Amino acid sequence: MSEILRIENLHKSFGDLEVLKGIDLAVQAGETVVLLGSSGSGKSTMLRCLNFMETPTEGKIHLNGELIGTERGGRMRYREAELCALRARIGMVFQHFNLFPHMTVLENVMEGQVIVLGRGKPEAQDKAMAQLDRVGLAEKAAEYPARLSGGQKQRVAIARALAMDPEVMLFDEVTSALDPELVGEVLKTIRQLAEDGMTMLCVTHELGFAYHVANRVLFLHEGTILEQGEPQSILKAPATDRMSEFLEGHSLFKLPD
Amino acid sequence: MEWNFLAVLRDFDLLMLGLLNTLKVTGLALLFGVPLGLALALSRLSTFRILSGIAGFIVEFFRTTPPLVQLFWFFFALPILIDVRMTPLIAAVVTFSIQSSAFFAEIFRGGILSIDKGQWEGAKAIGMTYGQCQRRIILPQAIKRMIPAFMERSIELLKTTTLVSTVAYTDLMFQANELAQKTFRPLEVYTIVAAIYFVLIFLFSQFSIAVEHRLAKSGEGTVR
Amino acid sequence: MAHNWDFATILQNWPVLWVGIKGTVFIFVITAILGLGGGLIVGIARYSKSPFVSWPARAFVEVFRNTPVLVQIIWFYYAFPILTGIETDPFLAAVLGISLNTMAFSAEIYRAGIQSINRAQWEAGKAIGMNYNQTLRRIILPVAVKRVLPALTNRGIEVFKMSTLASVVGYVETLNQAKLISDLNFNPIESYTAVAVIFFVVLYPVVQGTYVLERMLRKGD
Ligand SMILES: Nc1ncnc2c1ncn2[C@@H]1O[C@H](COP(=O)(O)OP(=O)(O)O)[C@@H](O)[C@H]1O
Ligand SMILES: [Mg+2]
Repeated sequence: MSEILRIENLHKSFGDLEVLKGIDLAVQAGETVVLLGSSGSGKSTMLRCLNFMETPTEGKIHLNGELIGTERGGRMRYREAELCALRARIGMVFQHFNLFPHMTVLENVMEGQVIVLGRGKPEAQDKAMAQLDRVGLAEKAAEYPARLSGGQKQRVAIARALAMDPEVMLFDEVTSALDPELVGEVLKTIRQLAEDGMTMLCVTHELGFAYHVANRVLFLHEGTILEQGEPQSILKAPATDRMSEFLEGHSLFKLPD
Repeated sequence: MEWNFLAVLRDFDLLMLGLLNTLKVTGLALLFGVPLGLALALSRLSTFRILSGIAGFIVEFFRTTPPLVQLFWFFFALPILIDVRMTPLIAAVVTFSIQSSAFFAEIFRGGILSIDKGQWEGAKAIGMTYGQCQRRIILPQAIKRMIPAFMERSIELLKTTTLVSTVAYTDLMFQANELAQKTFRPLEVYTIVAAIYFVLIFLFSQFSIAVEHRLAKSGEGTVR
Repeated sequence: MAHNWDFATILQNWPVLWVGIKGTVFIFVITAILGLGGGLIVGIARYSKSPFVSWPARAFVEVFRNTPVLVQIIWFYYAFPILTGIETDPFLAAVLGISLNTMAFSAEIYRAGIQSINRAQWEAGKAIGMNYNQTLRRIILPVAVKRVLPALTNRGIEVFKMSTLASVVGYVETLNQAKLISDLNFNPIESYTAVAVIFFVVLYPVVQGTYVLERMLRKGD
């Protein structure tokens, strides 16, 4: 296995508030990593630092062996063009979908390919249809997002990210805004991706998903990784009281014995 | 006192010429004012402090000073300051382009700010630059919401162009003054001219109300 | 084109300008009171259940909103006297034009304010035994006025700027006096810049104030 993402000593502060306090993590190609942690522990901030939706205050991020940014005067500097190119290589899916309402489903999935990657329209359309087919929504290509259910919207958002041929996918609580009966279809789509060998970091509260799909579970607490390990062991026998408390709070999700 | 429209009707073509010029000034001011307004709005939203400060000052200055003062300034003062031959038409177009751009800027800004933050995030996450986000994702949605406010402002602009008569541009108002003196029939002339303006503006605002209703029905919010 | 800015002539002619400023303030106060106050009456009339009241109010609003205020002022100056036999001096013509125009615009503001108040409040008034007038006066209007305050302030700002149009028929106000100074001293740059600055200095804080007001009221709702 080869290392695809490497994070060294990642710090992020908003003003006086230090949200991430030194995160180190290496993700192997094809790995599915699930991030757990209570609300406000810094999960979203961590994901958003990885594709530079937030600029880290300190630390280094390597994608496929390349260091992002250049180091000058002991600090990392980032050029906007470099970051845009990087974001095109990392897919991100949000809690609230963020589909473009003025474009059809197909146009949503083609937009980044045409505008950012400069693909020709016919090629972009073929790729878009292939990805829509993959998430089971090829027949909705001509619809506008407003006419889709929440679960369908989220699957389109996943197809939009996949169409860019990303090296890593980031999922930030992508089922939290969905009605319970729609959660399953989205999780199934993500699970299929994992089986296809996509490298993924997922923030989720779905412990069943973590248990069955993750290769590794991280527990984030107050901006540091408090525990990590294989789901089968860490979810059943957490080492820290913090994580036990967290898991008890989610006891709705029954783990298999 | 007796109404007598004969004299007015005989010279009706003078009024029509004036109307044409009124529409010309309005059209030209829109042509320059809208892009300028967009530029001012984007500058004002910029994180570059000096740029946003200057844009903010221009917008506030032209919104808080009377258009007639602006017109006099551009017509009487500017040609001395920079050596140009000023004509009533140029003064009018320059004044109303800048003046309406200040108002359009605020409409653009309101429209852009009204777009959900998630749209920026979605666009940024697939690697779009600021310019691409703005052009492809934000503005197309914002402009749709701005249409009612935009049309309202255009109507205000049309009304304000009557001021150009004071620097002797031959718009409808100016032609009315001429005709009133020529025919000694101010009552009929000014009443007819008021009626022409009324019909023009009323039709335009009915049209804008209809558009607004259609937009409201299609579920688009509007900004003012 | 190095122009030597020379505001000394403006200062020397300050008494002339001051007369104009007083004229501006005077006509502003009169037209603001008549326009914003009268608009309330028209706005309520527009909301009346009787078509004999609401239709004339509506016609009035449409006519004065859909014609340029300068046309109105000039009509009152040149046409109105012939029609009615009532002589109008520049002041009266300008006051009529600006006030009636403002009444029409503010009527729409009040109407929107009244309509924004939901049925429940009318019914609450009725439930405690108030009649239509009492409910309107004691319950609906106080809330409506609070809601329309930002829009009314904006109208007030427009009225202040509109006062310069009175100069077109020869009423003595700031712009008119600046033109006089400019014609006598050949200093249009300084004269008109001074007027622009005067208006900016007066209105800029007011505009900023309305932003604060809007934010406060939005929070209060
Ligand atoms: N843009 C921001 N500005 C200021 N504070 C922020 C910002 N984004 C997140 N935070 C703060 O950072 C902390 C962690 O937030 P987040 O990463 O969203 O947590 P999680 O996703 O684990 O719930 C919270 O206290 C939040 O208020
Ligand atoms: Mg979060």
